[in-house]
Amino acid sequence: MDLSYSPEEIAFRDEVRAFLDEKLPKALADKIRRGGHPSKAEQEEWHAILNERGWLAPNWPKEYGGAEWNAVQRHIFEEECAFASAPRIVPFGLSMLAPVLMKFGSKEQCDHYLPRILDGTDWWCQGYSEPGAGSDLASLKTRAVREGDHYIVNGQKTWTTLGQYANWIFCLVRTDPDVKQQEGISFLLIDMDTPGVEVRPIILLDGTHEVNEVWFTDVKVPVENLVGEENKGWTYAKYLLTHERTNIAGVGFSEAGLASVKRMARAEMSDGKPLAVNPHFAARVAKVEIDLMAMATTNLRIISKAAVGQAPGVEASMLKVKGTIIRQEINDLARRAAGPYAMPFASELVEGDNDPIGPDYAGPVAQKYFNNRKLSIFGGSNEIQRGIIAKVKMGG
Amino acid sequence: MNFDLTEERQMLQDSLRRFLKDRYTTDLRNQIIESETGISDKIWGELAELGVIGALFTEEQGGFGGAGFDISTVFEELGRAGVVEPFLDTAILGGGLIAALGNDSQKDLVEEVIGGTLHLAFAHGEPTSRYDLSRVETTAKSDGDEIVLTGRKAVVVNAEAAGQIVVSARESGGADEEGGISLFLLPAGTQGVTLRGYPLLSGGRAAEVTLDEVRLPVSARLGDAGAAFPAIAARVAVANVALAAEAMGAMETAVELTREYLMTRKQFGRPIGTFQALAHRYSDLLIEMEQARSAVINAAGHLAGPERERDRHIASARNLIGRVGRLVAEESIQMHGGIAMTQEYELAHIAKRIVMTDHRLGDTDYHLERFIDLSAA
Repeated sequence: MDLSYSPEEIAFRDEVRAFLDEKLPKALADKIRRGGHPSKAEQEEWHAILNERGWLAPNWPKEYGGAEWNAVQRHIFEEECAFASAPRIVPFGLSMLAPVLMKFGSKEQCDHYLPRILDGTDWWCQGYSEPGAGSDLASLKTRAVREGDHYIVNGQKTWTTLGQYANWIFCLVRTDPDVKQQEGISFLLIDMDTPGVEVRPIILLDGTHEVNEVWFTDVKVPVENLVGEENKGWTYAKYLLTHERTNIAGVGFSEAGLASVKRMARAEMSDGKPLAVNPHFAARVAKVEIDLMAMATTNLRIISKAAVGQAPGVEASMLKVKGTIIRQEINDLARRAAGPYAMPFASELVEGDNDPIGPDYAGPVAQKYFNNRKLSIFGGSNEIQRGIIAKVKMGG
Repeated sequence: MNFDLTEERQMLQDSLRRFLKDRYTTDLRNQIIESETGISDKIWGELAELGVIGALFTEEQGGFGGAGFDISTVFEELGRAGVVEPFLDTAILGGGLIAALGNDSQKDLVEEVIGGTLHLAFAHGEPTSRYDLSRVETTAKSDGDEIVLTGRKAVVVNAEAAGQIVVSARESGGADEEGGISLFLLPAGTQGVTLRGYPLLSGGRAAEVTLDEVRLPVSARLGDAGAAFPAIAARVAVANVALAAEAMGAMETAVELTREYLMTRKQFGRPIGTFQALAHRYSDLLIEMEQARSAVINAAGHLAGPERERDRHIASARNLIGRVGRLVAEESIQMHGGIAMTQEYELAHIAKRIVMTDHRLGDTDYHLERFIDLSAA
C-alpha cells in the first residue's frame, strides 16, 4: 500500500502543470473560474492547443494521434485542468464516438472521422435521449427505414448538449420495430447539414442554452454511415455509456469547487467575522471535505485497477452517485456563502465584460447550483445507477 | 383549538387562488420576468383591487387585516403561483415601516400603497452586512435643516420601481450597534442617488444603490433620530413570516407538480410513480410538507406575541422551511428529470423561488443560530 504518486507520475503532473501554466489562455481561465461558459471559438482554440501537444485525446491509442495515457495519468490531467480552470474537453467526438468507431466501426470510418475529430473539422453531438425515452433509453422511437442505399430518418432527439455548435450527430435509431426493443436499434452517423435536420434550443432554468432538441424529417442518410451491424446499436450504445462514465466522479471539479468555497468563506463577513470561522458554515464545509477526501481515494483505487482504455463497470455507477452528491453539495455551499449576492441573475454579466454586481466570487454561484442539478439526472440518472449497482451486486 | 381559517380569510384565500390560477399562467409570468421592469403593473393593479394589499395592513393602518394569519394566507397563495411582484418590498417592508414610524403626512403614502398606485423599497442591507440587521455603515449627518446620506445599499429589491425608498442610515453609534440607526424617505430621482439595476434569478429586479452626499430635508426622517431599530426588527419579523409562507406555498406547487408527473410519465412501460424508490421519496416530501405548514402556523400565530417567543418561532420556521425547501426543490427536480431543468416548465421557476428565499433576511444557518441564541437566554 502506497498512497503517494510514483516519481514518474509526479513528473507527469509537473509536466501537465507547466503546460497549463504556459498554454492555457489567461482570459479563458478567468472566465471559467467566474462560472462562465466558453464560446464555440474559445472551445475550439483550447482543443487546438491540446491537440498541438498531442493531449487532446488522452484515451486514444497513439496510432490515431492519441496520448494513450493510462487511467492514473488521465486522472492527473483532469485534476490539473480543473485546478487551472481549463474548459473541459467536449467529450462527444473524443471520448464517446471515437471509442465506438475504433471498436465497432470500419477502417474507412476510422480513417475518415477520427482525424476530423482531432483537428476540429467536425463537432459531434449525441443523439440518444428522446422525449419519451430518458431513463428507459431502449424505448426510443426515432425511425430509420432502409430505401436503396439510404436510410430515411424521422423522429426527435432531445437534451442534445451543444448541438447548436455541432455539424455531425451520432444517433440511436430504430431499424426494426418488430423485435424486442434492444434488438431493433442501430447506430447511425448523420451530417447535420442534411435537409430535414432541425436544431431547436432548450433554455435551461439558469438561463443557459447548452441543450437542444434535434428534429429529423425525412432525412436521407447514406448506408455507409451505419456503424457496425444493423440492429446491433444497443451493444455499441452500452459500450459508449461506459466511456461516458469515466471521470464521472469529477474529483477535480469538486476539489477546485471546494477550494473556491473556502476562498469565498474567508472573504465573506458574517457578524463581523469571516464566514470561514462561523461554526455552522465551517461544519458544512468540513463534512463535504471529509467525504471528498475519502472519495478521491475510492476514485484512485478504482481507476488504478482499470486497464488502459477500459472503463470500470459497477464501480463507475458508485462513483457517479457519490461524485454527483458531493459536487452538488459544494455547489450548495457556494450558493450559501454568497449570501444576498447570490440573488442577482448574473449570466449576462458573466458572458459580457461588465463589472460583477457584488464580490466577483459571488457571480453565478446560484445559477451553477441550479444548472448542476443536471449532474444527478444525465448520463443515466442516479436512480438508474442505483438500480445497476443492486442488479449487478445481487446477481439479479 | 381551531386550525381553520376565519371566514374572511378563507374567502380571501379562495378568491386570490382562483385569480392567480386563471390569470397568472406560466406563460404570462415568464413574459413578466423577461420584461424590462420585471413586474406587471396590470397584475399589481388587479390584485390591489382584489384587496390583497389591504389585507396586509391593519384597520388602524388603513387596511383590513395585517395579522399574522392574514399575511401567511396571502403569501402562501403568492408563493403557490410563483408571483414575482414585490408585495414583500412595497407592502410588508416599505409600507409597514412607514405605517409603524411615519407621521400623519408620511402615513398618507400607505393609502397609495394599498390602492396599488405607489411602489416602495427597503434599502437596508449593505455590501458587507450579509444578514446582520444592525450592521449599518451608511451615514446620515445633519447639516442645518438637511440630512446628508452617504453609503451603499446592496441588492435593494424593487428599487427601480419604487416611488420612495425607505433607506436606513447611521446617525450615531458603532457599525453594528442597534442604537443610532434612522430611516429616511428617499423620493425616486433624488440627486446623488445612483441605481444599478439588474434582474434577479428568481424573478423581479433589484439594484445596487449608491448614496453620494444625498441631501434630504429633516422631515424625510421616519420617527425619532437613531431609534429605528426596534421597528426594523419588528417589520423584518413580519417579513420572515411572509417569506416562510410564500416558500411553503411554492413547495405545495412543487410537490403537486411532482405527483402529477409521477402519475403520468411512463418509463419501462409504467408510470414512474409506481416504482417504490420514487413513491417513498414522494411520501417523504408529503411528511415534510406537514412539518412546514405547522412551522408557518407557529410563526404566524406568535407574530403578535412577546418579542422573544415571536422571534424564536420565526427563526424556527425559517430554519425548517429552509431545510425542507431545499429538499422539496431538489427532490422535485430529480424525480422529474430533465424536464424540470427547462426554463419554460413551471417547476423550474417554483424551485428557484423556494431556494432563493434562503438568501433573503437570513439563510437556514443564520436562523439556526438565532434560534440557539434566543433559546439560550
